[in-house]
Order: sequence, then structure tokens, then C-alpha cells
Amino acid sequence: MAQIIKHRAVIQDSWQLLEQDPIGALPFSGDVIVPLDLWTRESDTLSFRLGRIGVWLEVDADPAAIAPDLDRFGVIAVRFAQFTDGRGNSLARLLRERYGYRGELRAIGDVLRDQLYYLSRCGFDAFTLRADQDPQQALSAFDDLSEAYQTSVERPQPLFRRRSKGHL
Amino acid sequence: MYLYDQIDQRIVDERVRQFRNQTRRHLAGELSVDDFRPLRLQNGLYIERYAPMLRVAIPYGLLSSVQLRKLAHIARTYDKGYGHFSTRQNIQFNWPRLEDAPEILAELAGVQMHAIQTSGSCIRNTTTDHFAGVALDEIVDSFVWCELIRQWSALHPEFAYLPRKFKIAVSGSAADRAATWVHDIGLHALRAANDEIGFRVIVGGGLGRTPVVGHVICEYLPWCHLLTYLDAILRVYNRHGRRDNKYKARIKILVKELTPAVFAQQVEEEWSHLKDGPATLIEEEVRRIEGRFTRPAYAELLAEDTFLNAMLAAEKPFANWHRRNVHPHKVPGYAAVTLSLKRTGAAPGDASAEQMDAIAGLAERYSFGELRVSHEQNLVLPDVRVSDLHALWREIRPLGLATPNIGLLTNIIACPGGDFCSLANAKSIPVAEAIQQRFDDLDYLHDIGELDLNISGCMNSCGHHHIGHIGILGVDKQGEEYYQISIGGAQGVDASLGKVIGPAIAQDKVPEIVEKLIEVYLAERDGEEERFIDTVRRIGIEPFKDYVYGTNYQTPRRHSRQLAAA
Ligand code: SF4
Repeated sequence: MAQIIKHRAVIQDSWQLLEQDPIGALPFSGDVIVPLDLWTRESDTLSFRLGRIGVWLEVDADPAAIAPDLDRFGVIAVRFAQFTDGRGNSLARLLRERYGYRGELRAIGDVLRDQLYYLSRCGFDAFTLRADQDPQQALSAFDDLSEAYQTSVERPQPLFRRRSKGHL
Repeated sequence: MYLYDQIDQRIVDERVRQFRNQTRRHLAGELSVDDFRPLRLQNGLYIERYAPMLRVAIPYGLLSSVQLRKLAHIARTYDKGYGHFSTRQNIQFNWPRLEDAPEILAELAGVQMHAIQTSGSCIRNTTTDHFAGVALDEIVDSFVWCELIRQWSALHPEFAYLPRKFKIAVSGSAADRAATWVHDIGLHALRAANDEIGFRVIVGGGLGRTPVVGHVICEYLPWCHLLTYLDAILRVYNRHGRRDNKYKARIKILVKELTPAVFAQQVEEEWSHLKDGPATLIEEEVRRIEGRFTRPAYAELLAEDTFLNAMLAAEKPFANWHRRNVHPHKVPGYAAVTLSLKRTGAAPGDASAEQMDAIAGLAERYSFGELRVSHEQNLVLPDVRVSDLHALWREIRPLGLATPNIGLLTNIIACPGGDFCSLANAKSIPVAEAIQQRFDDLDYLHDIGELDLNISGCMNSCGHHHIGHIGILGVDKQGEEYYQISIGGAQGVDASLGKVIGPAIAQDKVPEIVEKLIEVYLAERDGEEERFIDTVRRIGIEPFKDYVYGTNYQTPRRHSRQLAAA
């Protein structure tokens, strides 16, 4: 089993990621993360499986498409084809802030140590790093900076509001 | 000056520490060239043609003498003894070593400066009017709003990896001296009838390969909504801007493809979710930021100064300089002074470490220790007593900072071009120099009057050639450096984009062609009050084109003029 980072710790991953539409080959039990189009087509069949279900999205996915299903997922993963594609950051914030998703939100694909700080502020709480990255060493990235000006999923109040309440 | 508080300082310090760690891992082979590239870019570090280039932000163009001394120190210690002021209120060092970059950033942090997001596909340094805070025609002091935008944009977690770079400019006065119409977002600070501050929001302007004047998507945005509205624009752009083709990735293309009206609707829709959320500004914060700006302790002076008037009458060179390089000030008895970095023989915008030190000293003695960097690549002493102008002028003449050419043809705006920039098609600095040499007769220059000449070494348009009254663009013609000339561009309230007058020409022909354009103008102008740009607008580009390329253009009036003069 692969290692992932979740809630700032390295853990063993219990989920199986199905990269492609696995016609016929879907394991009957166990936790799987399926591509969005499979979910869209087969959500009812998938719900009868044993084991939990997750879905993975490309960074340009429309979160409204899965908004009604959010509490059926054990995990939502967002796949970065390139770490420089910031659409995943907006997608994460929308899922968290607009659609109120509270479950695991995982970044997968081209995910590097130096992206973790921004991604976690956008609402990702789990990360499958690119194969060449060492998850243990990457943990320090969350503390690269201790303070930030903007609103974020981690700290919804911007710095200026926290200042004005004397919380600092 | 805006003074950092502890948290501002901590963020900049921690950012340096983060980059030091990234650079170390890169040099140790743990972070590949490709993985390191966006990280170093967002810390201002390019790898240029001959060496790395470090671009340091001078947020909204405001600089203290202490900071300028530090820049001089950096130029001397880590570079070849000079820096280049760019058209976007940055300073660039062309020869630092990659290994030294973290140390340079640490030195900058020591004087409350940084290079955060000065390159890369992110929100860049926010720019404004170089006369903000002192301009006679000021409506709102734009500094406070620029600093709020600086904080909002710095290390924004959602917008660090946009489709392309993103530039915001703010103007707070009636005249637009910040080129707001050709930025990704332009903001005009306004006052409503009840005196409440708000912003006109312009999006999708830009230069580059596809120059466009921006579109107004909101006529009046109350100040408290500024940041949520910016978030909405950036989110629409981040999600829907094109990423398949870097030439089509700027927001202007998205705005054009959607149409401005549809784009505005999408922003409205996005904003309806963010409006009144936690990022809504509060008065307390605006006042806190305002309070962190130091303001000059102006003396109560008379507007008129008899000594100044006497000197103006007595010394023509001083009067020339005063006419071009001294600007009105909102406080009686004070003036703003442009120190020209456009001396013939020096690359436009370049300043040596010695000049920087000297200028820092001048700022301390004449202008409360404060300076401004203009997008025309000059430095400004914003708060000089009019009674000191003559003494100041005498001091800056030997430093080569008193060229009385502000607003004139030789105040050329030029990008670094082929001498430094790996993207260039052609050099720009030698072209600027050749033009300056051709027009070094001051009386002739003053007779030509107001004229903006801009040069870019390639389509990226860092020299803003589209908005020069005369614009010169370096192009590649079968491996040769050629130049395409356009006329009729303008910045400011009546911004327009120049039109190309014909096929590109060889480098050594450029000064001659510029002179020909001037000849047509002088022959055709309707009195001395009509500027070059006005003449182009009135008669069109045809007569210029004919004279430069063709054969059949005559300058009849010149003939009669010469007769009259004889
Ligand atoms: S316009 Fe082109 S040549 Fe000039 S600095 Fe920009 S990218 Fe380089």
C-alpha cells in the first residue's frame, strides 16, 4: 500500500485509485476512487458495492456536477496533470467553501513538496505525492510560513479581521 | 513610506527562509530544473541570456533613501555595479549568481523589501501613479489601496498558478499616469457624491502580441468590496483562462472570447457568493494601513518664491529643466522633481550604485528621505521645497540626472532588449542611444515638444511600444534585427494603440526614420500647442507613411516657414 500524507502525517493509504474507466474489472469490495465519468454513469450500481466509494476529478471539473452527491463520497481527489495548473486550487475552495464538502479532499498527480502549503490553505487535507517525493521530508512544508493575509479554508478569517479582534 | 509591522516582517522573513531551503535543495540536485523554475520565478529570479536576473518589487513605486542605499549595496556587492529600473516599478539586477539570490533577498527583507511574485504566472507587483500622494489632481491617495492589494495578492493560495502573469494598476487622480487601461485590471479610485471612496474596474487591457484597451466592467465598486471583487475576477480567470497556448492565456483573450458583457456577468455571479464574506474590508483596517504610512511634515510655505523666480529669469538652462522636470504639488511651496535616468549614452532606466547612493542622499536632504519610481523609468523626489529647486538642480547636473527631457522625445522608455533578455528579437538600448544622439540639440527637442517614444525588443512589449506616440518594436527578419515603427499610441485618459506605418527597417535606419516622422509633424502641426500625437490623430498616419516610405510627400509648409525665417 502506498503512503500518503493526511492531516499532516504520513499514513498508509487504504484506497485504491482507478485511473481508467474499469469496465467489468471493478473490484467488488474495498475502497475505490473512481473517475468522475464512471460515477456520473453508474452511481447507483456503485453504491451497491461493499466498501466505500470516492471520486476523482480533473482540475477543470465543474463542482456543481457532484454537489448533490457530496455526502456519498469517502474521498474526493483532484488530479493535477501539472503542478502549475492552479485550477485545482479554485476547485478545492469551491468544494469546501461553496458546496460545504467536509470529507477527505486529496490532491493526486503532479503533487510536490513545495505545493503543499498553498494546497492545504485551499482545503486539501490529503496528498498523494508524485512518486519521486519523500512524504516524510515533505511534512515540514506545511510550516513554511506561519501567517497569511488572505482568507483560506484553513483560516476563514483574513489576517485583518483576526487582528481587529485582538486574536493575535 | 509604509512601515511593516511584525507580521508583515515575519511573512517576508519566512518567505526568504523558504526560498533559501528551495535553492539549497535545487543546488544539491534534489529539486529539478523544471520543478524549481516556478518557485524561483515567484521569487523574482529569471535565468536570462547571460546570467540570472533578479527583479525586485518597489511596491507602488514608493522607495525610501535607506532602501535605495540597500539597492546600491546589492548592485555593488552581487552585481556589476548598477541596476535597471523597469516600466513596472521594479528594479532588475542583471548579473547576480543563483547561489547568492537567497542572501540578496535576506538583505532586502532587512529594509522591508522583497521580490515576491515579481515574475511567474501570478499576481505581480501592483503599480500606481508616481505622483500619488502629492499630485494636484489627486482624488484619492492610491497608496493605501495599493498596500491593501499588495497584502491580498502576496502569497495568495488560490492564485499562485494562474494561466499567465497578472498585473494590476491603480490610479487615484484625474489624469491617468499609471497606464490603467492597458493592465489586466485597472482601478480608478473615485469619490461618490457622498464622498465615499470606490473604484471603476477595468479588465482585459494589455500590450504584448495582442494589444487591447481594457473594458469597464464595474463603474463604481464601493471600497469595502474591493478584495472580494478582485477574488471573483481572479477566480473566473484562473478557472476559465486558456492554458493551452501561452499567447492566448492572458485575461484579455478570455474577456474578448467571452465578450466583456458575458465576462462581467460571470464575475457578478462569482462575486454574489463572495460578497459580504470575511474578505470584505472594514474601516478599521483601512485606517490601520493609512496609519502605517509615514507622511512628510510639510512646512507652511508661500506658493511663490522670489529667489526661484529670479533664477528662472536669469538662467535659461535652469528654466528649461524647471519647465520639463518639475511638477506641481498639492502643498503650496513644494514641488515634485523628476530625476532623469535618460541621459544620452546611458541605457534608459539604468542607475549605477554611485548614482543610487547620491540620489539617496539628495532624497534625505531635499525630500524627507522619500522617492518614487516612475513607470517611465525615472526617479522622482516627491516633496522638494520650491526655494530649494535651484540648489538641487546644481547638485544633480554633474550627476547626469538633470537632462531636461521629461515628456520629450529623448525620455525614451525601453526594455532591456537583446543585450540582456533571452526572449528578445532585437536590441533596444543601442537604438535608444542612437535616437538620443540624433536629437541632442535641446532647443530642437523643446521645439518638438511633448512626445513619448517607447521601444520593446520583442512582442512581449515590456517597453510598452503600443502606447508610445512613436513605438518601436524589435522583430526578427531572417535572423537580422529589424524594427517595426508605429505611431499614434498614447497612455492616459485618452489611451490608444499605435498603428504600424509600414515594413520593418534596419537598426541603423531607425534614427533617420524618427527624424522623418518629426519633420512631417513639424510641417503639419497646427501651431506649437499641437503635440505630435494630436497631429497624428488629426491628419492620420498616411502623410507620415508616404514621407517615410514613399516619394510623393511634400512638406509645403516647411518650405514657406524657411522662407519666413530667412
Ligand atoms: S519586450 Fe521582449 S526583449 Fe524586451 S524585456 Fe520584454 S521580453 Fe525581453
